[in-house]
Amino acid sequence: MGYTLNFAAVWRSFDQLLEGLALSLGLAFISILIGAVIGLLVAFALIAKSSWVQRPAAAYVTIIRNLPILVLVLFAYFALPQMGVRLGKIESFVAVLSIYSGAYLAEVFRAGLLSIPKGLTEAGLAIGLTPLQIRVSIIAPLMFRNVLPSLSSTVISLFKDTSLAAAIAVPELTFEARKINVETFRVIETWIVASGLYVATCSVLAALMRVAERRLAVPR
Amino acid sequence: MMDFSAFLDQIWIARFVILKGLGITISISALSIVAGSLLGVLVGLSLVYGNRVLRLVVRAYTDFIRGTPVLVLVLASYYVLSTIGIELGPFQAGVLALAIFCSSHVGEIVRGGLQAIPKGQTEAAKAIGLTFGQTFAYVLWPQALRQFLPAWVNTAAEMVKASTLLSVIGVAELLLRTQEIISRNFMSLQFYFFAGLLYFVINYGIERFGKYVERKTAVPS
Repeated sequence: MGYTLNFAAVWRSFDQLLEGLALSLGLAFISILIGAVIGLLVAFALIAKSSWVQRPAAAYVTIIRNLPILVLVLFAYFALPQMGVRLGKIESFVAVLSIYSGAYLAEVFRAGLLSIPKGLTEAGLAIGLTPLQIRVSIIAPLMFRNVLPSLSSTVISLFKDTSLAAAIAVPELTFEARKINVETFRVIETWIVASGLYVATCSVLAALMRVAERRLAVPR
Repeated sequence: MMDFSAFLDQIWIARFVILKGLGITISISALSIVAGSLLGVLVGLSLVYGNRVLRLVVRAYTDFIRGTPVLVLVLASYYVLSTIGIELGPFQAGVLALAIFCSSHVGEIVRGGLQAIPKGQTEAAKAIGLTFGQTFAYVLWPQALRQFLPAWVNTAAEMVKASTLLSVIGVAELLLRTQEIISRNFMSLQFYFFAGLLYFVINYGIERFGKYVERKTAVPS
């Protein structure tokens, strides 16, 4: 075998990996933020009584959840230009991950919305709030606080999905790791460090979500 | 609709390529689901019944795998194994990575299913004189199975989706075949759409099956 571990080469390029990680986090943050807005709107549509609103929302969630994200990423970057929609690598990836996370977050939010007692809506109506005001200032905030525990795993898995941006050469963590792997041939070290960075980031994210969960839990 | 008939022509020309790709996609998924589930059951059992050391080791394994993106697992498996002298082709290395990924998920599902069963059941089984093996086989496992079957079917759909990642290391599954076809006829819009449709049909089928299993296994109330 004759392979001895030597991390020196990887440490020399550690800055590249960190820059990649920063880009990964940035991609995840923006996409999840946009995805949360989409998800909230879709979640309200999913529980709407009118089937004209409910059906398209359900179709969106079902279609996106049953497609591999890599197909969506490649479609947005390579196929959309044929329709005249030309986006840069980063823009097209953020667009895809936003739409993708929208579908997953919609499911989480829908469950949260269903757990909000009817009485709150009725109370809002009784004090003269409009249906929109009730949703914005009563239901949505409570729902967010309720779904935080199940949000954590979705957010982490969406963060991990940023690795697919490597497929269209966005220089995020996986892309950088692959580059260092090819340049230095320190194969084992590179992948240990790269996955270590992912694991560490995921644990930090999970810890942050737990803190948020505890701080924001609805008092019973 | 000139375009559409041209597209159908291209599909007809590429029919065997597409079918081959689909075949590879299905074998990747099936192999990794079977291997991953077997390993995953062991993982789940170790997490529940293992001694402290085993639990710690297995917990570290699942946390590490679940904290790493599947694409990184696939790339690492492909590059690292050949470096340490294990000569696997891209197909085997990819299936191994997916199976490991699958095992950590199944492990968590199995653990959740077993731990959801109230303690009283084990105590009751002990009280009527069942051995641990009997308790497990007749009391705990059937109930846990019922708990986790729907989630397990969803994992199968995850694996089909994850199989696309093997295209990155050059396994000629459906997505890589699609890319090859596109590089010949430049119909990227149509063929990515078509590939998406095929994946959707497979996963939607699995999802419906999952819903069916969920109905069938639901504890009557």
